[in-house]
Amino acid sequence: MTHRTDIRFILNGTEMSVPDVAASQTLLDYLRLNRRLTGTKEGCAEGDCGACTVLVGRLTDTGLVYAPVNACIRFLASVDGCHVVTVEHLSGADGRLHPVQQAMIDHHGSQCGFCTPGFVMSLYALWMQTPEPTEAQVETAVQGNLCRCTGYEPIIRAAVAVSRYGTPASDHLTTERETMTARLQSLQSDERLVSGPEDDLSVIPSSVDDLADCLLAYPDATIVAGATDVGLWVTKFMRNIGPAIFTAHLNALKTIDHQDTTLLIGAGASYTDCQDALSRHLPHLSRYWDRIAGWQVRNMGTVGGNIANGSPIGDTPPVLIALGAEIVLRRGNARRTIALEKFFVDYGKQDRAPGEFVETIRIPIPGPNTLNAAYKISKRRDEDISSVAVGIQITVEDGRITQSRIAFGGMAATPKRAVAAEDALQGQIWSADVFDAAAKALAEDFAPLSDWRASAEYRMLSAQNLLRRFFLEQDVATTAAVQLETA
Amino acid sequence: MKDTHSITGAAHTDRNHDSAIKHVTGRADYTDDIAQPEGTLHAYLGVSDVAHATLNGMDLSAVLAYPGVVGVLTAEDIPGVNDISPTGLNDEPVFPTDKIQFHGQPLFAVVAETRDAARRAAELARIDCAPLQHALDPIAAQEAGYPHVTAPLKLERGDVDTAFAGTANRITGRMAIGGQDHMYLEGHIAFAIPGEDDDVIVHCSTQHPSEAQHMVAHVLGVPSNAVVVNVRRMGGGFGGKESQMNLFCAVAAIAAKKYGRAVKIRPDRDQDMTATGKRHDFVVDYDVAFDDAGRIEAVGGTFAARCGFSADLSGPVTDRALFHADNAYFYPHVRLTSRPMKTNTVSNTAFRGFGGPQGVIVAERMIEEIAYATGQDPLDVRKANFYGGEGRNLTPYHQEVDDNIFDRLVSELEDSAAYRQRRKDIVAFNETSPVLKKGIALTPVKFGISFTATWYNQAGALVHVYNDGSIHLNHGGTEMGQGLNTKVAQVVAEAFQVNFERIKITKTTTEKVPNTSATAASSGTDLNGMAALNAVEQIKERLVAFAADHWGVAAELVRFAANQVHIGDLTLTFDAFIKQAYLARVQLSAAGFYKTPKIHWDREKGQGRPFYYYAYGAACSEVTIDTLTGEYRVERTDILHDVGRSLNPALDKGQVEGAFIQGMGWLTTEELWWDDAGRLRTHAPSTYKIPLASDRPRVFNVKLADWSENRELTIKRSKAVGEPPFMLGISVFEALSMAVASVADYKRCPRLDAPATPERVLMAVARMRDGG
Repeated sequence: MTHRTDIRFILNGTEMSVPDVAASQTLLDYLRLNRRLTGTKEGCAEGDCGACTVLVGRLTDTGLVYAPVNACIRFLASVDGCHVVTVEHLSGADGRLHPVQQAMIDHHGSQCGFCTPGFVMSLYALWMQTPEPTEAQVETAVQGNLCRCTGYEPIIRAAVAVSRYGTPASDHLTTERETMTARLQSLQSDERLVSGPEDDLSVIPSSVDDLADCLLAYPDATIVAGATDVGLWVTKFMRNIGPAIFTAHLNALKTIDHQDTTLLIGAGASYTDCQDALSRHLPHLSRYWDRIAGWQVRNMGTVGGNIANGSPIGDTPPVLIALGAEIVLRRGNARRTIALEKFFVDYGKQDRAPGEFVETIRIPIPGPNTLNAAYKISKRRDEDISSVAVGIQITVEDGRITQSRIAFGGMAATPKRAVAAEDALQGQIWSADVFDAAAKALAEDFAPLSDWRASAEYRMLSAQNLLRRFFLEQDVATTAAVQLETA
Repeated sequence: MKDTHSITGAAHTDRNHDSAIKHVTGRADYTDDIAQPEGTLHAYLGVSDVAHATLNGMDLSAVLAYPGVVGVLTAEDIPGVNDISPTGLNDEPVFPTDKIQFHGQPLFAVVAETRDAARRAAELARIDCAPLQHALDPIAAQEAGYPHVTAPLKLERGDVDTAFAGTANRITGRMAIGGQDHMYLEGHIAFAIPGEDDDVIVHCSTQHPSEAQHMVAHVLGVPSNAVVVNVRRMGGGFGGKESQMNLFCAVAAIAAKKYGRAVKIRPDRDQDMTATGKRHDFVVDYDVAFDDAGRIEAVGGTFAARCGFSADLSGPVTDRALFHADNAYFYPHVRLTSRPMKTNTVSNTAFRGFGGPQGVIVAERMIEEIAYATGQDPLDVRKANFYGGEGRNLTPYHQEVDDNIFDRLVSELEDSAAYRQRRKDIVAFNETSPVLKKGIALTPVKFGISFTATWYNQAGALVHVYNDGSIHLNHGGTEMGQGLNTKVAQVVAEAFQVNFERIKITKTTTEKVPNTSATAASSGTDLNGMAALNAVEQIKERLVAFAADHWGVAAELVRFAANQVHIGDLTLTFDAFIKQAYLARVQLSAAGFYKTPKIHWDREKGQGRPFYYYAYGAACSEVTIDTLTGEYRVERTDILHDVGRSLNPALDKGQVEGAFIQGMGWLTTEELWWDDAGRLRTHAPSTYKIPLASDRPRVFNVKLADWSENRELTIKRSKAVGEPPFMLGISVFEALSMAVASVADYKRCPRLDAPATPERVLMAVARMRDGG
């Protein structure tokens, strides 16, 4: 079989063809060290501060889509076939400042200036999508951007004012859209790419079937979807991830569909990709979703990856287990479907054989008799890892609880169902006392750990109280009284 | 350069940050962006993985064998003195030789062709050491009999023991106050380029170029005149780059001289956070006596601080905690003692407020205690105890508070924030809301301006006027985002009466202004603005003398106005005038100098006038807490802050907003957490949570007290702004406390420790409900 060997993409206006790309080569280092595009900054190298934000444009099933991402934990190989836009590309050919830049200047949006290019890029992406955002939309768009100087107020003021400086219709990413689409189409290939040194090989499969083949050929390869976790293996632990198989370009792995009462999410769909389907079919997850990391990470990270990496504090497993989700695992052409809760065997151990990958997540769409909720507790409300997360699904018929599924993250070595609490609810009459009993039963289900995110005592107490909150929220009279963010 | 009837960028006008365009386009160069010479090497630190141990030896063979490694630096490679202690106590080696004193302590440096190779190789060292017992916090350190890292301070006034003995009401308590990481977006970095003879140039991100210069000379064993330190800008400093850059400058310079190649060192974020110091955490035991009306009679306090393994700046930091333990309040009898404890943690350092916030929050805790004990609105207790009135103006350090503006400031804010009505509404809300509870607090701040090390209160500047009329400005202050260069250039533009654009702002360099002080203590503009003005005045004096002589008019008739110079009836453009002066051989360059008047301080006696003046402010914050989970939200904050006559209201407001949010972060979500082995586990933004845009108050009204004017002759009657508003964040903390207190009907002080994470809030609620 012949393989491509050069990563090809468009950097700002220029087509790049880079041979011999190691799997662990990050986009940020490439930009700063190889191209001397120093406007993109390294603040944390873990996807939390946003100083390295760039836009990546990719051809999807619906056309060319640009999204802000963290260059620090993005691998160069993963931008094959993409358009990478850095802050240097914003000013026009005449040197005039971009509307976002001018708004930031006029509102005193920079002080030390180090976070500023990253903010400019996030706000640029927001303006293209939502030219006249509300403050809340701006806050969501910059969850992944830290500023330590301004206190954010002037940045928010700038962001809501950008449309007064110009419209996206006249922006060059809009006016050059067709040309760029054609240029990117010419870079697409149906040939597998294998690049980089033997000990840090990059593999880009040509299709989902080829991915299955690649995994048979390299059964111990690192599967890199959004790289929001794997990226840190390189930047923080200095591990080489090769051989690595990159999947972010596989549109066929990102399809979101539903069959009757089951929602099917391709394992490669990013959190952002899922948002529309969730608001239609699983509205209780909409707000929860917005609290997963920051925008850049939601654009990169995938639900499949969040599951497959097996973390006990992943945001999606508890809420998906509560919904009764299943996953489809594929090896070669063989597929098997298992309940998601069975996938998490133990800390760091999942039911995934070498060469196997998560292909689809199957989520039963809740029926009309079910009450669903998802809660997350973290030290900081947004862009934080949960200390406790819970998904709850309760079926009530004629005032009696006929079924309950409650799954917690952060309470054990794996995402896990609260069996004793579920039993305490099973068959009982809907009442505060019953939920109180369920809350108390959590002490039988879990013996949480103390760490820097939370103490064991706090984890247990807040977990118990989340069940009490669930009860209170279902009563129209008390709903508003228990929700901090009703405004 | 269009000349109009008024100049651009005059003093007291809003002016954009001078680098704003470069910031938003990514064209502002930070140290890591400077083009590197061919053959630049990269250094990286190898660090300890134990908190306290005897160091027997290091096997670095695997490090050296790693591909791309050029060499390693250990203590033996230091040509001069193995010491970077900023206060000369000789207690902080570049690399230790016999003892490891904290987890993450730098032990050696790897020098390699790439940063990646240096990082990976640094992991391969085998350290031979024998672990010792360690103490991580100030209480454990006291129990283990650890020494102070520097001499404690005692402030005393009045007859404390008698006052306590005769009092009706007395409360003692303990408050734990967490530290804070600076989390500047640009981490530490130094980039050294070797020159001929002993020379070396170091580009770095330091707030204190002169100290970095002297330290590099000290470790290289060369005179200071061989070392140049350059700083164009920093990506944030906040005190974290006052002394902490010395290590990186030293390593880069030693390596550059050893290998004869340029060397850059940039730790990654985790190493930046574990190997460099932070805000001191404190455990404070307080003791307050008061009358039935809530007026304070006596105060006692012991302030134990986690200083880390060496003194660094812990002496002046813990001193400043005591200087601010009165905040806005008169203590008739007072005794305050600091305990700067040695601990097996990284050596803590300067951070915006420099110990002051830890003092202020204790004063506010005592106010809270009195308010809950006497059943009053805390604001009434505050007012009853403000400085002011006959015999009620003396601080615990015997300085008279003679510029107090609290009455007007606080009552204006009280009205504009509708404090009284909202407090009433909140109490009513809490009565009927079972889960969500609200709180509101209006807290003041008084902050002393000047370095308490009196000799630091000096500054220099260098101003050149070129014969085309363009102006080159240099001073000893450093730009870390605060807009110092913009403000100083405004002062120069105003004095010469020329457009701001005519003035070239240049990098701070030890070559142009020697022996500068750190850009710290909020003093950057006060000191450097005055020094620059002094340089301009010297040049102007020569220009006026020249004009009077040349055109035969009285000196009073020579006036600089809006890009022109009027000489009697003659008017010349500034450019034409300067050309004439040049042709007449007038010296068009001057070094300016300034030293703060009136200040003195006798530390032994605990008496003097350490501060030239005070800056004032007040904030009112409202919060809602969820008593099921401890989560909360800041609903509204109103701020009225005093910057005297502002040189640049837009930039000053930016400082106030930013400082408030940073102060709020310190007291809410920013938590430093060490495990039992002494390893800091919150070491990057993934684990250490500074505020986000969505954490700022839902309603945020910030106003400068535009009627205020500095009584002292500061630069244009302005006041310092960097640190004082940081303490306005305490209003959020106290509002959270009130919300917690509501679950026990405001009868008891919740005694929240800081930071008030959701966990601490929930646990305090549980404690209050249990009656504990």
